[in-house]
Amino acid sequence: MMPATIRVLLHLVVLLALPPLVMGVINKTKAALAGRRGPPVLQLYWDLARLLQKGLVQSTTTTALFRLGPLVTLGATLLAGLFVPLGAGAAPLGFTGDLVLFAGLLALGRLATTLAALDTGSAFEGMGVARELTFAVFAEPAVLFVFLALTQLAGLGSLSTLLHDGPAQALAVAPLLLCAVGLFVVLLAEGSRIPFDDPNTHLELTMVHEVMVLDHSGPPLAAILAGAAMKLTLLASIVIALVLPTASFDAVPWVGFGAHVLAILLMGVVIGLVESTMARLRMKHAPSLLVAALLLCAFGFLLSVRAQP
Amino acid sequence: MSAPFTHGTARERHEVEALTLGQFQTTVRAAVAVDGRVVDLWVTPRPDGARTLFCVLSVPSESTETTTRALRLLGTDLGTATTFPALTPTVPEVHLFERELAEDYALVPEGHPRLRPVRRTLPSEGFYSVSGDAIHEVAVGPVHAGVIEPGHFRFQCAGEVVHHLEIALGYQHRGARALLEAGPDARTLHLAETLAGDASVAHATATCQAMEALSGTIVPPRALAIRAIALELERLANHVGDLGALANDVGFLPTASFCGRIRGDWLNATALGCGNRFGRSWIVPGGVRFDLEPDRARTLRASIDQAYEDTASAVNLLWDAPSVMSRFEDAGTVTLEQAREVGLVGPAARASGLCRDVRRDHPAGAWLTVSLDAVESVPTGDVYARAFQRWSEVRQSVAVLRRLLDTLPDGPLRTPLLPLRPNAVTVALVEGWRGEVAHTVATNDAGRFRFYRVVDPSFRNWTGLALALRGQQLSDFPLCNKSFNLSYCGCDL
Repeated sequence: MMPATIRVLLHLVVLLALPPLVMGVINKTKAALAGRRGPPVLQLYWDLARLLQKGLVQSTTTTALFRLGPLVTLGATLLAGLFVPLGAGAAPLGFTGDLVLFAGLLALGRLATTLAALDTGSAFEGMGVARELTFAVFAEPAVLFVFLALTQLAGLGSLSTLLHDGPAQALAVAPLLLCAVGLFVVLLAEGSRIPFDDPNTHLELTMVHEVMVLDHSGPPLAAILAGAAMKLTLLASIVIALVLPTASFDAVPWVGFGAHVLAILLMGVVIGLVESTMARLRMKHAPSLLVAALLLCAFGFLLSVRAQP
Repeated sequence: MSAPFTHGTARERHEVEALTLGQFQTTVRAAVAVDGRVVDLWVTPRPDGARTLFCVLSVPSESTETTTRALRLLGTDLGTATTFPALTPTVPEVHLFERELAEDYALVPEGHPRLRPVRRTLPSEGFYSVSGDAIHEVAVGPVHAGVIEPGHFRFQCAGEVVHHLEIALGYQHRGARALLEAGPDARTLHLAETLAGDASVAHATATCQAMEALSGTIVPPRALAIRAIALELERLANHVGDLGALANDVGFLPTASFCGRIRGDWLNATALGCGNRFGRSWIVPGGVRFDLEPDRARTLRASIDQAYEDTASAVNLLWDAPSVMSRFEDAGTVTLEQAREVGLVGPAARASGLCRDVRRDHPAGAWLTVSLDAVESVPTGDVYARAFQRWSEVRQSVAVLRRLLDTLPDGPLRTPLLPLRPNAVTVALVEGWRGEVAHTVATNDAGRFRFYRVVDPSFRNWTGLALALRGQQLSDFPLCNKSFNLSYCGCDL
């Protein structure tokens, strides 16, 4: 075990510094496969620094809802990030049943983003909210099914202990593999990636997440970009914990930490590969894929019930 | 009735079929009923204040031995009337022409179902609107998020489903027709090349054909062949660019990335011929300005082969990707019936099963001798059909290019343009990459232009896009739009 202070410090470093790098890895992978040089891996860090130095323009029709949206979302995601183990042992915070809080915090982040979007009164942003929430209806229960499966395998506990003990169970492979695949699909939807959304498009009518944040600028936009990258990284970390049991690295915590961080970056490569090889789904077909992901997670849960000793 | 005249020749003004308004409209209706189509419809004011209504019709040839079609030029004296019964209810394809009459000449077509201005609209006014609890309206443009031309699109949606799309253009209106009518002068060719920048060769060829026909200038065969080469290179660059853009709109990166580069290769092939990637100044009245000497022709031939090989490998990825096919198929369908009613032209029409191609129907220049291979079409009228049509035409164009380069006739590059004959009129048609480019030009007593009509294929096809969106997903609009890829300035003139 690492000393608690180092553990927390490492956790914070990963939570705050890694997400933009993951985005950089995704973009670099896409560029490499398209035969382009692509933006630097550290581009998002520069973008965030640039946005933080800018002023902000706000529509006169908006209210505090619009201004607070990005901050609440980033805050909720940050707080949720303190409950998810990121490779350096247990997460800084944790209590029995915190997984409900984790899901709730992500939902709160979504609520703040969508309310801020609706506050603009723009037809575009309302359209984006409708799409985002249509996806969320299927994405959120999928995450809960994964947590239920973990609870079945490892008993009650905090998210940290569940993600540590659950995958270590002998019979956990089959149910958690299903959950991991399902959760990866959810991650693509939550991270606004292809096949659900196209992070590169400039066409408002096809956007989901981007169109909700069109009116934001300057530091709030930086908060949105940082929060989105963070959410993607958190979900990636959970998927990795499901298939790469952290318990097996208990004797060599530093190796475990390195492997976990590397796996998160590798996940970026995988996302880049997915985006480079397939087209986006038609908007009305996207929920069907999410339903499939939800079912995978649900079957994972059912298998975990059977797998109980 | 005077006989139909062939494309590429001029007529004396008095040879225009002069009819009464009733005869005029009956003739148009009768012609359209038997596979005829309206190429252009417009009025020209006379010095005495009266106005003449003209119509150019493309009709099937009376001879059964040929597949080419004939043109008819009708005119009717409207006097000083300010209204006339609209043709649109019975011949829907003239709806935009009649709206133009009302807008430009305050000549009201009575009974026209939707008499909005064509170009001088404001995005806040007079849109068709659907009402109901679940209906919402989405307004896009004229300022867009990408570097594209301005246009306003108004969607009436129930959730994600578009019930009606209205397109309001005019933001690029430059008064191009009026500028052209001041000619012929040194600017004429330049104006033609900039009517729609991505169809420079097509419009320049049409202008040159018109001036050559009006003056009786005979263009050397070598120049005609080089013009055809330029036209096909323009088609290739645009079709390849469009296929890449379609891939980009569904987020399919492999084809999108490759086609972006390969389009550059096709543009560079044009630059190899004339020094300009868009073929500017290659085509001049009386011939062409730049030759394809044997050395350059060989280099061009080699770069065409290479670019085609690259294009094939990039584009074929599309048809093999199920995720792409599921986006293309059944998106933005325009039925054959709709395409005929609104008078679509070009690849969009052919993708709906309407086989219109000026190169075959109204051949002029090199197209009189060069044979066009039949293309493989999937006439389902959806995005897939329009994408596949472009790919088929890419292959057709490459075959034609190779044939043209292998059989390049010897001889001079250009002959001096003779003075334009006074009081003559001609119609010049060119199959640009978007479809039929039609220039109808007449001269006055002094041999200057009396009127200069331009109809860009985009003018007709924008209505096709509006129809394609009916009942579609709002999120598929950019994809449908790209599958037409119409010009704003070509329509706005």
